[in-house]
Amino acid sequence: MDFGFTISKPRSIEPTEAGKEQLRLLEEQVPTFRRCMNCGGCTATCSAGHFINFNIRKVHNLYRWGQYKELDEELQKCMLCGKCTLVCPRGVNLRSLIIHLRKALNKDHLSNDFQHFIRNNNR
Amino acid sequence: MSSYFHPFILPFCIGTLVLFVIIAVKFYRWITTLDRKQKKNVWMSLLTVRVFPALWRIVKEIVKEVLLHVNITRYNWRMGYMHRSIALGWFLLIVTGFVETLFHFRGGGHLPWLGIFFRFFVRDYTYGISRVWADVMDLLLLYVLSGVSIAIFKSIYSRVVGIRKNTKLRWFDICLRYSLWLIFPMRLLSESCTAALTGNGGFLTQGIGDMLPTEFAQVMEVPFWTAYSTCLCVFFVLFPFSRYMHIFTEPLLIVFRSLGVRESSQPTGYTRMELNACSRCGICIDGCPLDKELKINDIQGVYLLRDVRHGLPHRNATENCLMCDQCVVDCPVGIEITEIRKQERNKGALDTHDNYRFLDSIQSFNAIGRIAYFGGCMSHLTPGVTESMKKIFDAVGQKYWMMDEDKTICCGRPLLQQGFIAQAAELRRKNAHLIVESHAQYLVTSCPICYQSFKKEYNLPIKVIHHTEYLAALIRLGKLKPHKTGLKVAYHDPCELGRGCNIYDEPREVLQAVAELARVQKEREHSICCGHSLGNTALDVEKQDKVRDAALRNLKADHPDLIATACPMCKKAFQRDRYTTVKDIAELIAEQL
Ligand code: SF4
Ligand code: SF4
Ligand code: SF4
Ligand code: SF4
Repeated sequence: MDFGFTISKPRSIEPTEAGKEQLRLLEEQVPTFRRCMNCGGCTATCSAGHFINFNIRKVHNLYRWGQYKELDEELQKCMLCGKCTLVCPRGVNLRSLIIHLRKALNKDHLSNDFQHFIRNNNR
Repeated sequence: MSSYFHPFILPFCIGTLVLFVIIAVKFYRWITTLDRKQKKNVWMSLLTVRVFPALWRIVKEIVKEVLLHVNITRYNWRMGYMHRSIALGWFLLIVTGFVETLFHFRGGGHLPWLGIFFRFFVRDYTYGISRVWADVMDLLLLYVLSGVSIAIFKSIYSRVVGIRKNTKLRWFDICLRYSLWLIFPMRLLSESCTAALTGNGGFLTQGIGDMLPTEFAQVMEVPFWTAYSTCLCVFFVLFPFSRYMHIFTEPLLIVFRSLGVRESSQPTGYTRMELNACSRCGICIDGCPLDKELKINDIQGVYLLRDVRHGLPHRNATENCLMCDQCVVDCPVGIEITEIRKQERNKGALDTHDNYRFLDSIQSFNAIGRIAYFGGCMSHLTPGVTESMKKIFDAVGQKYWMMDEDKTICCGRPLLQQGFIAQAAELRRKNAHLIVESHAQYLVTSCPICYQSFKKEYNLPIKVIHHTEYLAALIRLGKLKPHKTGLKVAYHDPCELGRGCNIYDEPREVLQAVAELARVQKEREHSICCGHSLGNTALDVEKQDKVRDAALRNLKADHPDLIATACPMCKKAFQRDRYTTVKDIAELIAEQL
């Protein structure tokens, strides 16, 4: 449908097909990820975020958008203390999310997931 | 001597030989694959005076646990009887058989299988004292048979021995179980047949033998003895690969444990011993809150150990556990189930580097003569606890340094529990540096998770105290005189403080200074986990809440005015329930100053 206006192309975010697959796999492992409403509660309470500019909400959003660059490095700042999980009003299992994100972003595990991807798409 | 041979003994002899070879190989492999630290502990115990208490412990433990099964009996006397009758009964049968043979042949020199098949080969055995031997052997056989009958009954209806569920077995274990169960009835039948023909039986075998027709006994004697020997053979050859391996592994485990060996962060030969020492009794299933509340029935200690031992897939069993340690406390063999789970959680490839440089910016504080106070991450979410502690410090005029006033470095335990060993070590290094540099004399912490970490994983040069211990000391010394209220309070034992660090009395002592303790059915080492434990990442919050509700039901049975705990994590978990008032012990005390 044509509403007579568009979002200018460079500002829209379109994950690639592979990116969508990655996201689907993550959501399969951490189903509560879907519930996030981007309130930022996790970031506000984050132990690592009290020291430096570490934004856990941004990290998982960037992953959602398929922007994986340097996310792995960024995630290594997390201390897995669990405060974010405890305060999340939507019950997102953030610690599980963080561990699975690390797995997904880790080179060794990426290949596993890729195998999984191939298997699921070539029935 | 050749009259003491018959082909039916061959299966037994071959089986026994195979058994001992396999066991020797296994034991050798396990012992040689202990890691450096474990080996060092063994030598340190063997070569110093520590060897005497160790030896004493070994003897005591083996008699108590391998033969008498005291721990299982304590759990449930019928289950204890079942295990004891089979283990002790069989052991005594072998020993008595051996002694009887020695006695009959006036010393050694006889063939090794005679002790087992004595009645068949020694047929003119009807003189005076031999009747006593025969009766004793029959009594022992009856004892074993009574245990076997309970075992058979239990496999149908587990409540007989007081547990809710039987362990789910592999088909291999099931086959083997039948061969074990058959051994003793077969022995009874063969001895009875021989007794029918020769009159050499005791009260039981002779009694049955007299009822058997002579022709039947003549025809069936050798087949029964062959069946008996074959059952023994099947059982012996297969059992090193089944759960029955615990029979020989448990004594070995006791020896090494008494010599000071403990699990380390990586699997070693000691881990293999622990895996093999599990008898799959199923006691660990009974207390597990995940089984009871969430019907998750494939992750308990028994299944984890089984799957790790046999190399079966066990990701779920590894990850989905609260690490509440209920099973560890309950396990009659004392297997370090949680440590093994941690080893399996090892995140290897994800754990190669960290990004904690930012923590270097924290400056240490000169805290000579002060108490260092560490709230912990979770206490930042329950500011009431830290505020109360500060108020108490001020009230008694204690100078303190709050290490994590506005920023906190995690103690590292959550990372360690999830298998990030190297990253956890990095956090420990940072915290330890801060603490040592401050020259504080004591470290008080409000969070049992941090407490356990500082105490067991840090190796700090100063004493670590939980705030309940601190408060108890203050009250005992009369430094703190809170007013007694009329409140009735139910105390919840946090897993990490109770089962983790064995602190049960101090919190109660402190609470009794301000309130009256409500009765709680499952308390102390049986307290139910609040469900939100950091040990678990696999459960979503709704499921965690179900476990929490079970804990709350248990605490509220006596209608207390409020619930007290000593862990910010538990407090937070209980607070999520609208109908619950929960306070930390520190808060209760601070209110009554
Ligand atoms: S607190 Fe929960 S809902 Fe809010 S941004 Fe974080 S994950 Fe999303
Ligand atoms: S677990 Fe990680 S992201 Fe969550 S609050 Fe702790 S440091 Fe921050
Ligand atoms: S782990 Fe312990 S309690 Fe559980 S089945 Fe094995 S021996 Fe029994
Ligand atoms: S530690 Fe707790 S949750 Fe885990 S298996 Fe044992 S009893 Fe169950």
